[in-house]
Amino acid sequence: MKTKTLKKARPAVAVLKPVPFLREAKPVVPAKQRRLHFGGRWEYAPAPETVPVKIDPRHELFIDGKFVAPRSGQYFDSINPATEEKLCEIAQAGAEDVDRAVQAARRAYETVWSKMSGRDRGKYLFRVARLVQEKARELAVLESMDGGKPIKESRDFDLPMVAAHFFYHGGWADKLQYAFPGKTPRPLGVAGQIIPWNFPLLMAAWKIAPALACGNTVVLKPSKTTSITALRLARIFQEAGLPGGVVNIVTGPAATGEAIYHHPDVNKIAFTGSTEVGKIIAKVCAGTGKKLTLELGGKAANIILEDAPVDQAVEGIVSGIYFNQGHVCCAGSRLFVQEGVAAAVIRKLRDRIQTLRVGNPLDKNTDVGAINSGAQLEKIRELVRSGEEEGAQVEQSACALPARGYWFPPTFLTNVTMSHRVAREEIFGPVLSVMTFRTPEEALERANNTPYGLSAGVWTDKGSKIFKMVGQLRAGVVWANSYNKFDPASPFGGYKESGFGREGGAQGLSSYVQLS
Amino acid sequence: MSALRLDIRKTYKLYIGGNFVRSESGRSLPAHDPAGLLLDNFCHASRKDLRDAVAAARPAAGGWAKKTAYLRGQILYRAAEMLENRAGAMAAEISRSTGADSAKARAEVDLAIDRLVYFAGWTDKFAQVFGAVNPVATSHFNFTTPEPTGVVAVVAPDEPPLLPLVSLVAPVILTGNSAVVLASEKFPLPALTFAEILATSDLPGGVINILTGRRAELAPHLAGHMDINAIVNAAPEPETHLTLQGGTAVNLKRYAARKLSAEDWFTAAGEDAYWIADTVEFKTAWHPIGF
Amino acid sequence: MNPTLDTPRRFHSMRETVPTVDQVTIEERAASFTRRSIKTSAKLAGLKMVVAMMDLTSLEGKDTPGRLAYLCRKALQPIEPKYEVPSCAAVCVYPNMVRYARRFLGQSSPVRVASVATGFPSGQYPLRTRLEETRRAVGDGADEIDMVINRGAFLAGDHGKVFDEIGAVKEACGAAHLKVILETGELVTYDNVRLASQIAMEAGADFIKTSTGKVQPAATLPVTLVMLEAIRDYFLASGVRIGMKPAGGIRTAKQSLAYLVMVKETLGDDWLTPDLFRLGASTLLNDVLMQIAKTVDGPYQNADYFSLT
Repeated sequence: MKTKTLKKARPAVAVLKPVPFLREAKPVVPAKQRRLHFGGRWEYAPAPETVPVKIDPRHELFIDGKFVAPRSGQYFDSINPATEEKLCEIAQAGAEDVDRAVQAARRAYETVWSKMSGRDRGKYLFRVARLVQEKARELAVLESMDGGKPIKESRDFDLPMVAAHFFYHGGWADKLQYAFPGKTPRPLGVAGQIIPWNFPLLMAAWKIAPALACGNTVVLKPSKTTSITALRLARIFQEAGLPGGVVNIVTGPAATGEAIYHHPDVNKIAFTGSTEVGKIIAKVCAGTGKKLTLELGGKAANIILEDAPVDQAVEGIVSGIYFNQGHVCCAGSRLFVQEGVAAAVIRKLRDRIQTLRVGNPLDKNTDVGAINSGAQLEKIRELVRSGEEEGAQVEQSACALPARGYWFPPTFLTNVTMSHRVAREEIFGPVLSVMTFRTPEEALERANNTPYGLSAGVWTDKGSKIFKMVGQLRAGVVWANSYNKFDPASPFGGYKESGFGREGGAQGLSSYVQLS
Repeated sequence: MSALRLDIRKTYKLYIGGNFVRSESGRSLPAHDPAGLLLDNFCHASRKDLRDAVAAARPAAGGWAKKTAYLRGQILYRAAEMLENRAGAMAAEISRSTGADSAKARAEVDLAIDRLVYFAGWTDKFAQVFGAVNPVATSHFNFTTPEPTGVVAVVAPDEPPLLPLVSLVAPVILTGNSAVVLASEKFPLPALTFAEILATSDLPGGVINILTGRRAELAPHLAGHMDINAIVNAAPEPETHLTLQGGTAVNLKRYAARKLSAEDWFTAAGEDAYWIADTVEFKTAWHPIGF
Repeated sequence: MNPTLDTPRRFHSMRETVPTVDQVTIEERAASFTRRSIKTSAKLAGLKMVVAMMDLTSLEGKDTPGRLAYLCRKALQPIEPKYEVPSCAAVCVYPNMVRYARRFLGQSSPVRVASVATGFPSGQYPLRTRLEETRRAVGDGADEIDMVINRGAFLAGDHGKVFDEIGAVKEACGAAHLKVILETGELVTYDNVRLASQIAMEAGADFIKTSTGKVQPAATLPVTLVMLEAIRDYFLASGVRIGMKPAGGIRTAKQSLAYLVMVKETLGDDWLTPDLFRLGASTLLNDVLMQIAKTVDGPYQNADYFSLT
């Protein structure tokens, strides 16, 4: 038997070349046919969420601790964007109703809430956190039905985060002086809060928890297309024994929100939504003495350097833009990939999106749910069309879409240039614009070349590069080797036209106090 | 049915490693009420029990520190829930031991519950308040973060029987430390009942260990133990203070004395966020900023 | 022909190294596979696939021909025919047991005989005896050889030695199919696992395998994912499909289905076959069979009703 002499030790760096003589016996798939097939072998059976929920056919306003009919007498329909079916009717608050709510908030502030110890305010928030945890399953199902997001996300991300926000802020209520060394923090009074439809219950928690912790009372308007879970939260406030008027919920369209930020007896306005509306609110509030914080749109750059942990970077791209159907203000909607690894990244991205399951939000295996409304779907379509017209290449996952409901498949555009509309305007959908760069300085320049400044992502294996880029990106939240990470202890908010003010952490409290 | 039902007497055991155990020495001591009447017997901890408690506390500290701050906060809050649920029984336990009237005993329990809630809210905040990003003069990212020191011995005063124990141990464990507690020598029973509340609060075994017995006997062993990182002492007598502070000379134990009178514990002096800083270590790290 | 010395010199990019792996992100991605809900028909199909992919293993000092007989019989027919469950892919045994397994199974059995070799599990033995062991096992009738890499050499930075030894074992295998065990529990970091995977594939592995099962941690979802990603990149670069086998620590049917989900969503349909994916396990089999019985019959099951391995 022939014995083989051992080869000399090779250098430490492995070289990507197959060793010829050992590969003879193995079949080699020719380059043109080398593809991964994500097809029908071993199909997943439907896995519908089975928790039964009861949705009342009609929902009233929540004012002064009670559910009351709107003086306007009007109601609007709330529909399930996955099926286009009507879920229920929601009360429409007119200016008179908003005024009632503000009065209730003022009364509660003057007579109860501002007199209460921080300790006790905290206890109410802890109670709410616990109740949210107890009712989490039901709330998650409702959130998915009302807004279109997958049950997997509402169950595993939204709801736990809602509870965490109440819990975190409950702990600040009796410790505010530690967040403002050298100053005495006092509440502002009545806070008017307007929230969007992309994370309905979570945005309500982001607004209500710090406001209450700091001693303010609240008038909150959920988005017209997603009111149901906010009203369930109102029931939780009742169950927690929260004094009437501390939180008031007035449902309705944009006009209801206008009534809030025009109201003279509101001390503070907090708005999360589009930059366009944010500017209108800023104009209305100018000179009125109202404190204002805005959390607006974004067009975040997700930057992949050639020394990134590349497979995880692709995961980061996917969670950056396809999470929550791209309905995320801080979505990584512009991909900047270093030219040397661009082909590999795009190829991996193309394969990866084939395994994203689009469909019934109540199916536990769904990754990407429905687009929130017909209006939003049209906006996404229009922008993607513009991309094509302006010369970019559109690539989409080959998923089957349900016949009814509002759907858009995970999409990315290549050959995008900085002046394309898809590179400049916020699409707010599962659409990624891909561009390349050569050096980190170029990446920074391109990333910062936008009026927005909410967030950014950086992927590299080199620590010093991370800190350098974090330091130079003009964005309020920078994710290094990660994306879309949130925590109540981590302040969130934007630079430039993405808004001002922070939510979460010690910094997030400052919007809800006056210091002396 | 007989008018006088024969009751079952409770055995008050030490709480070590999440288990209720008798002293390895087999000794016990009688607990008396203020009138001198015998209440129950409780275990008389030996230096070997102390050794076992530290041996349980060390690995427990590792796991406890790795849990998220949020989870530690939730567990402390749950301890408050459990104590609230059994507040009546705990107040009765205090009354029978100390003779305090039911209102005073209840006030002590209520305050202990509120202290637990207060400190539960610190777990995910103290790093922001006590830590920092430091503006050094070179191109480096420099941050300071507080980390738990490890195993902390906590020595409670004789009175009141519950409130100081809770007020001392909560700021110690919220950061991820584990604790070996020497409970009140004069009124030990409420502390051991409190151990039952901890045992049903999802607190991992070994994070809090409670020993009862004689301070004078155990103090020298606490001071000399090489695997204790810090001592927090609220016992009023100077001899104990001297012995325990001497522990620093042995292995550089961190030492903090809490000088509060029995009444002080009922005031804001018994709820001091800066106590948290006494059992953390501040780690500062540097990393270059550059392409 | 000596490929190292005789290959014409060619520039290769200094940066063309194996990518690094971000621990936090890969663990999140791996965990996401456990959140897939596999029900009813998909569950039954998946569980049967798991059986078909199983290398039913017995690696104990106290193994005897008698014990082997039970193992082989169970692998051949795991449960009553009415459930329509396939045979396991292979039995996995120590070299001394190979001839008993071959005798029991015969020359042309649907169940293959895999033998561990090369000083399993530690590998801390002279190369000469490790190669001899391999040849003997193949000579006794092993269809597959599960070797262990030289972790000492790897961790000391001598990657060339690791590469060369794998090549030597591959040659000693002859026609037998080689699985290369990385022993991920000793390599510790995902970066190391990714690099070791690359070395093994280039050196001649037909399969790369996580662990011996004798060291904790053995197979985990994230470590397996790292190896699947290495296989994916290798396929796209070279056109060669390498197989993967997680082994050790997979005890429940639910866990095994999560592995299948991970293969399906990382490498796609082509790898969902025993030719390219195996599970090294022993107690897993009965848990899977109990789940099959439950899915078919209805009630939760009792171990007394399922024959021992």
